[in-house]
Amino acid sequence: MLDFLLQPAGFEIGETGLLVFEAAQPLWKALLVGLGNTLRVSLPALLAATLLGLLLALGRRGPSLPLRRLSGFVVEAVRNVPLLVQLLMWYFVVIEWLPDSGAAWQLADGLWLSKGGLAFPWPTAWTAETDRLGAGLWQWPEQGTFNVMGGAAVTPEYLAVAWSLTLYTAAFLAEVIRGGLEAVPASLAEAASTLGATRLQALWRVVLPQAWRTIVPAATNQYVNLIKNSSLAVAVGYPDLVSVGNTALNQSGRTLECLLVMALCYLALSGLASGLMNAFNRRHAGGTA
Amino acid sequence: MRHRFTALPALLLALIAQLLMSGAAHAGKTLDAIKQRGQVRCGVSNGVAGFSAADAKGHWSGLDVDVCRAVAAAVLGQPDKVAFVPLTSQQRFAALQSGQVDVLARNTSWTLTRDASLGLHFTAVTYYDGQGFLLPAKLKVTNARQLKGAQVCTQSGTTNEKNLADFSRTHRLGIKPVVFDTYEAAFKAYFAGRCQAFTTDVSALSGIRNKEAPKPEDHVILPDLISKEPLGPLVRRGDDAWFAIVRWTVFALQEAEELGITKANAAERRKGDDPAVQRLLGTGEDSGKLLGLEKDWAFRAIQAVGHYGEVFERNVGSQSVLKLPRGLNRLWNQGGLMYAPPVR
Repeated sequence: MLDFLLQPAGFEIGETGLLVFEAAQPLWKALLVGLGNTLRVSLPALLAATLLGLLLALGRRGPSLPLRRLSGFVVEAVRNVPLLVQLLMWYFVVIEWLPDSGAAWQLADGLWLSKGGLAFPWPTAWTAETDRLGAGLWQWPEQGTFNVMGGAAVTPEYLAVAWSLTLYTAAFLAEVIRGGLEAVPASLAEAASTLGATRLQALWRVVLPQAWRTIVPAATNQYVNLIKNSSLAVAVGYPDLVSVGNTALNQSGRTLECLLVMALCYLALSGLASGLMNAFNRRHAGGTA
Repeated sequence: MRHRFTALPALLLALIAQLLMSGAAHAGKTLDAIKQRGQVRCGVSNGVAGFSAADAKGHWSGLDVDVCRAVAAAVLGQPDKVAFVPLTSQQRFAALQSGQVDVLARNTSWTLTRDASLGLHFTAVTYYDGQGFLLPAKLKVTNARQLKGAQVCTQSGTTNEKNLADFSRTHRLGIKPVVFDTYEAAFKAYFAGRCQAFTTDVSALSGIRNKEAPKPEDHVILPDLISKEPLGPLVRRGDDAWFAIVRWTVFALQEAEELGITKANAAERRKGDDPAVQRLLGTGEDSGKLLGLEKDWAFRAIQAVGHYGEVFERNVGSQSVLKLPRGLNRLWNQGGLMYAPPVR
């Protein structure tokens, strides 16, 4: 039933991360590249969202009134606008405001930003070009006729998807974390401070460890959501699993099979995320989930 | 992006329907269903100027739309008995397979894979197209082979996407495709400057340049064509009677041009004594009976939309904003490829 996955894909994929892909390679490889792209955008977004979510939560509970107001505003604004709308908005902001690919901004030595994306130096040994170039450990991007060539680059699609997912998930995580912190009795932090702990020490050593058990299960949901939400990438042309899967579906006419492959991949990813979070929960938060 | 949320459920429903109905070849069922319903359901694009686009009042027009109207006129006697179903390129085949539409007239290229593996049949070619490139005039590119390392916007799941990969590979250009799931998202990104070029069939490029570009003169279409794209209506396999009706309606419009029968003079020409004209317009032998239609099926189709040349000029040719040259789409006896087998 899945034998069509062995046929040549016939289409190119605009960005492939560390994987190398050509149109003559089989469809399963194309789907793997799509899966790789899903992970490549989800994992950094997941880490960044956790950090930003924590900062927003602390900001909202912090001593500074303007910071409390700002964090509150960001959380409410972001939580209440659909992710797809935000994604399209960021994407069009990015590609409207950046300079043309033929006239990129040089942010720093070897760092170029344009409508073509963000180009940066990359170790030669890791790319497909290695054997041809040979010389030099790093490949430096340079302005070419149409766009910046050489080195590695992330596209505006990637930046828009990664940033939207980060911000959107951070807003929800901020609420999850805030809820977790508020569930810990205030007397514990007070007790810590009477023992001479600073505010930060009390937070890290006393409050957060006890907040984990409330935070982790709800945060797991947000992580799973983030991975699934990355499928909206198709709207801005980022070649994630769904985008590549849709193309494969359309080119091969094997609708059910392609949808099945996509569904199984998400099921596996979500299962993995939940599993890891549950293991963390058992180990560090004393939870039983 | 509205359709993003409808695409998957629609596809799933289509699949379930397909699985339930698979294997059941039902000759003539489509025609019966259409007669009972009183409407032909026609799958069209969700807005390609010249081929199928709805105006502010919801009135559809275009070459593909006229093919649908001609079929409705031939089958039901009235060209306005068509329900137009706009479909994305991802939805189109599933919509036809599942029976959501009776015919798919949606600038779809005839290819071996589609013909042989989707459970569908291409009936005839209504437009011989080819894939080209639209790019900013300021880049001063004159030949597609100069696009080395360029980023090119296109739509996913199209033959265009595959041709682009072939072209880049053959000429070692290292073109980076930027692929969007809708046509609209792809050309918006192109006009925002995301890509150095946009690629699709030249007829559609022409429509985009004229209708969507802020300043059409800032964009050029390269003369090179990188593929053959024969476009035409499709039907489901397993209903040969319906297949013949759609195919011969297209042929009838081409035959009418060859015989010089227009929308305006059809009624007049009917009264003449040219046997070829009489056969086509239903005053001679009864060709309708063979197709399961009324005797004057072709006459009604021609009266509804005019002959093929009229349909062409009105929608994409000299009388339209696109002003596409007739080119390969001239009749066979005028140096083109349009050739209807004898109507007899």
